[in-house]
Amino acid sequence: MSPSTLPLGALSHALERGEAQPSRILDECLARIAKLDGKVHAFLRLTESEARSAARAADDRRARKAPLSPLDGVPIGLKDLFCQEGVETTAGSRILQGYVPPYDATVVRKLREAGAVLVGKLNMDEFAMGSSTENSAYGPTRNPWDLERTPGGSSGGSAAATVARFVSGALGTDTGGSIRQPAALVGCVGLKPTYGRVSRYGVVAFASSLDQVGPFAQDVRGVALLLRAIAGHDANDQTSSLRTVPDYDASLEKPVRGLTVGVPEEYFGEGLDAEVETSVRAGIDALKREGCAVKEISLPNSPHAIATYYLVATAEASSNLARYDGIRYGYRAAARGSLLDLYEQTRAAGFGAEVKRRILLGTYALSAGYYDAYYLRAQKVRALIRRDFDDAFAAGVDAVVSPTSPWPAFRLGEKVDDPLAMYLNDIYTVPVNLAGLPGISVPSGFTKSGLPIGLQLIGKPFEEESLLRLARGAERALALPQRLPPLVTK
Amino acid sequence: MAIDGNTVRHVARLARLALTQEEEERTAAQLGHVLDYIERLKTVDVSGVEPLSFAGDPGEAHRSMREDEPRPGLPRETVLKEAPEQDGSSFLVPRIIE
Repeated sequence: MSPSTLPLGALSHALERGEAQPSRILDECLARIAKLDGKVHAFLRLTESEARSAARAADDRRARKAPLSPLDGVPIGLKDLFCQEGVETTAGSRILQGYVPPYDATVVRKLREAGAVLVGKLNMDEFAMGSSTENSAYGPTRNPWDLERTPGGSSGGSAAATVARFVSGALGTDTGGSIRQPAALVGCVGLKPTYGRVSRYGVVAFASSLDQVGPFAQDVRGVALLLRAIAGHDANDQTSSLRTVPDYDASLEKPVRGLTVGVPEEYFGEGLDAEVETSVRAGIDALKREGCAVKEISLPNSPHAIATYYLVATAEASSNLARYDGIRYGYRAAARGSLLDLYEQTRAAGFGAEVKRRILLGTYALSAGYYDAYYLRAQKVRALIRRDFDDAFAAGVDAVVSPTSPWPAFRLGEKVDDPLAMYLNDIYTVPVNLAGLPGISVPSGFTKSGLPIGLQLIGKPFEEESLLRLARGAERALALPQRLPPLVTK
Repeated sequence: MAIDGNTVRHVARLARLALTQEEEERTAAQLGHVLDYIERLKTVDVSGVEPLSFAGDPGEAHRSMREDEPRPGLPRETVLKEAPEQDGSSFLVPRIIE
């Protein structure tokens, strides 16, 4: 296996031992992108010359055995909603076409400081609203395992680029499953940290009480290394936690014997694909072999999560997206007339159908006479959803285990005209955002037809350390062979 | 739950979104469909439940205030560079006072 196809955690070891060189790895990644991204469409734009000089600087540090971090020289991609100074950032929307941020998001700055090589900006559903990347104003991304299918979303470009080995890892955001669901659908690891673990400064906002930044990689160690690099308090994001950031990598190989995983009956019910269920149950058996106790539990309010989410998230989105008015940056409609006409025409032409739908739903839910019936009630149900998890943890459960997505990757176009069917993609991931908990998707196997399946682990707040250890336990016990999509090996 | 054209027009105006006739009709149908699904929340007993709006660390929920000290922002020309229309010192908008 060429070093550029190694999982991030393994690549980091290879770089440390001097068995790989950052510039050579970047060259191989760029060659693969040039050859294959016309088919996959993971990238919206490359930052090739910047990446090349970053890789050369890393070559030098690696040669001197003075790396900035375990990520020094590792090629990383960014979902196109992270502000990167001097690099167009669109959030997959026409309304931000041509917007060049004058500053770096905190996580982008931290990656640079860790020596990561930033390769480019990755496709996504517009404003992170969607589960398939079909809502991108710039066309969908395709699943490297089957180009007729979706890589999931909204961070579909990040997931596809990771599994196609265009990059060794990527950052995404997860508001209702937008890291974990695409990770499951392409067969890589994706982590949504605890709300507050990672700064959102410089990240295009969708729903501020739910949004969280997180990493993708092909192995659990890679995700642990990326989380270590990006986590921590930031004076520019008052929701970011003051808690110290542990060395997640250091405890990764500790045994999981004695930990208890809870299996919630509500996450294995109607609508779950049979092959997905079999694979996830095999993953649970693997954790048992590692010495975990398995406990049947109930999270009775989780079935209300999708309805709750589509009120909370759309209400917050309608407020966050009010800033796109054609005055200070981004697209402005040519329409003349009053200021109000300018706003209305700019937003009508700048936003896509799903974004408009969610702004309208959110505005409706917050409008006079409906606030108590919709938004306030949703926030109360949200409290019940969180309480269920708290009860499970109090009863001795260390992490909850479930499928990540109810089905494997679906065909492009299959659900795009049915908003509600699309929303149900996130049935097992949304409760985690509502409760503010960390969640991770790890590969558990493949369907008979060769599509990846993911298993989700949900942890206690700020306990990413034991969550990653459990994910590593599952990875170790399942010992899935590192398969490359046929597209990449051809 | 049926949503009528007047409601859609009212909400679209609040959201500063111009809708075509066709979008208006489609929105009415789709919003109705989604609201039907959301109706299920009415069956949940939420009596005595405090709403959850901050899902972060409860110990840190109240430390979000800082001293109001001036800090340097971005230079004016840097910010104006991104504006669709500007005159070197201000953003330009259609006349709002006759």
